[in-house]
Amino acid sequence: MKQLKKGRGRKLSRRAFVLLGMQLGVMGLIGYRMRQLGVVQSQQFRLLAEENRISIQLVPPTRGLIYDREGKAIALNVPLYRIQIIREQAIEPERILRKLAEIIPLSDNQVNDALQATAKHRPWVPVTIAENLTWAQVSAVAANAPSLPGVSPIVGAYRNYPYAQEYCHIVGYVGPVSDYDLSKTDDDDPLLRIPRFQIGKNGIETRAEHDLRGKAEIKRIEVNAVGRVMREIDSKAGEPGKNLQLTVDTNLQRIALERISDESAAVVLLDVKSGDILALASAPSFDPNKFVTGISVADWKALNENKYRPLANKTVSGTYPPGSTYKMIVALAALKAGVIDAKEQIYCSGSIEVSGSKFHCWRRGGHGQVNLVRAIRESCDVYFYEIAQRVGIDNISAMARKLGLGTRHDLPLPAIRKGLAPTKAWKRRAKGKDWVVGDTLNAGIGQGFTLASPLQLAVMTARIASGNAINPRLINSVNTTLEPVIGNTPLDINPEHLALVRKGMFEVVNSDRGTARGSRIRTKGMEMAGKSGTSQVRRITKAERARGVIRNSDLPWKRRDHALFVAYAPYDNPKYAVAVIVEHGGGGSSVAAPIARDVMLAALENEDPGYGNLPSQKRRTGDPDEQTPQTPAKRWNRA
Amino acid sequence: MRFYGDKTEIVPTGFSKILAYHWALTLLIIAASSIGFLMLFSVSGGDINRWAQPQMIRFAMGMVVMTIMAFIPINIYRKLSFFVYLIALILLVVVDVSGEASKGSQRWVNLGFMRLQPSELMKLALVMVLALYYSWLDRDRVSKPQWLLPPLILTLIPMALVLRQPDLGTAILLFAGAAIVMFVAGVSWWYFATGAAAAGALVYAVLISKGQSWQLLNNYQYKRIATFLDPSSDPLGAGYHITQSKIALGSGGISGRGFMQGTQGRLNFLPEKHTDFIFTTLAEEFGFAGGSALLLIYGLIVVFCVASAISNNNRFGALVTLGVSATFFFYFAVNMSMVMGMAPVVGVPLPLVSYGGSAMMVLLAGFGLVQSAHIHRPR
Repeated sequence: MKQLKKGRGRKLSRRAFVLLGMQLGVMGLIGYRMRQLGVVQSQQFRLLAEENRISIQLVPPTRGLIYDREGKAIALNVPLYRIQIIREQAIEPERILRKLAEIIPLSDNQVNDALQATAKHRPWVPVTIAENLTWAQVSAVAANAPSLPGVSPIVGAYRNYPYAQEYCHIVGYVGPVSDYDLSKTDDDDPLLRIPRFQIGKNGIETRAEHDLRGKAEIKRIEVNAVGRVMREIDSKAGEPGKNLQLTVDTNLQRIALERISDESAAVVLLDVKSGDILALASAPSFDPNKFVTGISVADWKALNENKYRPLANKTVSGTYPPGSTYKMIVALAALKAGVIDAKEQIYCSGSIEVSGSKFHCWRRGGHGQVNLVRAIRESCDVYFYEIAQRVGIDNISAMARKLGLGTRHDLPLPAIRKGLAPTKAWKRRAKGKDWVVGDTLNAGIGQGFTLASPLQLAVMTARIASGNAINPRLINSVNTTLEPVIGNTPLDINPEHLALVRKGMFEVVNSDRGTARGSRIRTKGMEMAGKSGTSQVRRITKAERARGVIRNSDLPWKRRDHALFVAYAPYDNPKYAVAVIVEHGGGGSSVAAPIARDVMLAALENEDPGYGNLPSQKRRTGDPDEQTPQTPAKRWNRA
Repeated sequence: MRFYGDKTEIVPTGFSKILAYHWALTLLIIAASSIGFLMLFSVSGGDINRWAQPQMIRFAMGMVVMTIMAFIPINIYRKLSFFVYLIALILLVVVDVSGEASKGSQRWVNLGFMRLQPSELMKLALVMVLALYYSWLDRDRVSKPQWLLPPLILTLIPMALVLRQPDLGTAILLFAGAAIVMFVAGVSWWYFATGAAAAGALVYAVLISKGQSWQLLNNYQYKRIATFLDPSSDPLGAGYHITQSKIALGSGGISGRGFMQGTQGRLNFLPEKHTDFIFTTLAEEFGFAGGSALLLIYGLIVVFCVASAISNNNRFGALVTLGVSATFFFYFAVNMSMVMGMAPVVGVPLPLVSYGGSAMMVLLAGFGLVQSAHIHRPR
């Protein structure tokens, strides 16, 4: 028995030793692994641990405001009040929400949605209960804070445009940054990675994005694995966006826009001396605020399918054949080349035949003997056919560029079109054909290939009126630092030539035989000088001419002539230049001239009081670095 | 032998039992648990009420249970073994049928005063019932196939129930515990060799069954296996546990960041930071030194148990001691391997340290049996 028991004991002992050996072996393995992780590879894991817990948080800057000439805010940040609840602080979210509903109006749906959201998210995630609250409601919630644990009012901001219709094309609008925006920019600002961060989508908001956006405050925070903030380690100060002041006068802008509101039209009003754009109206307009909050499909469709193209800024993006408003350029080019003088008369029989084609004057019977001033006054086409042939297209286009056509003006606006002052070389390059004399004739009356935007026509008029190479300005100051007035130097044009052309323009309005005599300003000291233009968008065939040209009002809208008018005033001391185009509006002197007169009168009668003070000037102190003068070349249109 | 053996042996009685009590083992258990309290205090960010205090209360209750159990003669447990096994089995069936859902699997049964995990109780009950079987069975029959059948059935029934929960980790631990008892009871090496081969084949079958109509495991279990094999494949998803755990472990260095200075655990980078992954906080705050110290304590507990079993002539007592210590060993070996990326994440707590009632109570009760076997061992 003893023997047996001993044997059994030995066997168990042997197996127990084997077991212990295996167990100790595994423990050795565990110890080895522990040493490997904790001692050998420790440095590497410590680095990983640091990355784990430090996170970068961006605090978005306030976007810069935009003011008009007087200092009225036209793009501002409106506080957006919302109320949120944090479940772990509320403890009993349902009871708290019912209580909250007694303080501010909450629908059952809102309460239920909030409850569902709190249940779905982790307990410390803030859930929005209601948005767009009034200040009174927010105050009420704040006052009752002790009895509403976990409920807190939050102030956000959204962009608002109080003068929506007036400034939609100039200021544009902001919207949440999209994948498409990111794909076409090389901007590595981390703010753009914030979901739904608002960036400029149109107008100045987009072209001056870098000034308006500011810089984010960067906080280094310690976070846990679910991103919950434990504490702030340090932070790098941000910078609010810069405020812009425009040159535009809201009153004039509104008058101009109202005057053309029924048309598809554009008005540009410039200060002749500084180039300040006082009005830059494009009709129809739209409400940019709809884009900020997210435009509905129906609204978008209505805007996009409107044949008057309300989304386009026609003042800079629309280019039209300038028609007879181009005749000043042809005249100045011819005078400069010496191929004509003030006295020489050219006979207008109503048409002219050049290399087998007949070119007609707008007056079928002809003007008879015309000199330069009369040719401008009565807009004689045959006279300009003749002098255009004499001076040649390249000289005409050189003069056009000198007066601001066929060049892109540097403004913080998107889609600025260059227009076209055609040359022989251009046609060969673009069309692969040689320039023919008929092209020159068409160019002589601002038809054919020639294209100009309303802004360019206004600049041309201002340059003729002042004799200076003024450039349009839209931004007066950035954070109260003035933008320079560029190019206010005399044009290289003989003052006698300019005087002749101005005399012709004066007679257009103020002579009893002038084409725009109906839009005369009779007030002493405000007399206007101008030039009408009616540019064809269709070809008038021989057969139609034989039957009699179809009246504009009998044509479908799309085929009617464009009505143009350019003017400056007062005649003897030019202050303002205006360009008006009414798309498919008909005759320039009958449709466009009255608009130009009314806008001009409004400008003259409300003498420009100059720039108003910005509200922010009182508190913002200028950073010395910002005082360095801007380089004039291509500040805005870097592209 | 049964009719003759135990009664003739000298067993301490009365006051001498206290002298025979395994004080060294008791101190080691207290040491391991104290490390646990410190760590629970640390991961709660200094909030003693959160985890440390409840754990201390449970530990005190467990110590009382262990001490009472220690002074009850081992032969009484022997007689109760089958009854305990039946109760554990019934509870397993109860959770299967009407158990309270917790974490998506049925593991708890609510006893009113505490929530019990029957699978934990079963670990102990299975060891007891197998020890009973092999202390009854003549040792010449141990390796006979027909006598191998009852212990296999006793093991496979609870295993199947646990797998239904589903809890692969516990099922494997149950089987491993049973295998250890059978191994020390003297079952032939050949069976273990065959069993290992069969297990290999099963693993192979499990792996190739993925996506088949007869898929053997749940998708989440496959994911855990895949994650185990390559944690970096899904660092924020399924591999997150292991990656984060290794970062915390590794960043501790030799001496650690210092008590309460760990960042990974308290900042919630670690999942289950107070339960299954508490070892990472220990290794982060006390480094390699702290980790090895706990491993040493565990090792000593195992060594003392094996030593006690070897000197024990009561076969039931020796088998229970080895079975309990093996179960204990599996707990910490699997848990440590898991947090160090050497084993898949299977949800096994770190014994005496992790926060949780069932596992600690059952373990301390198990040590109560070990103590009883030690005190009442015939010498």
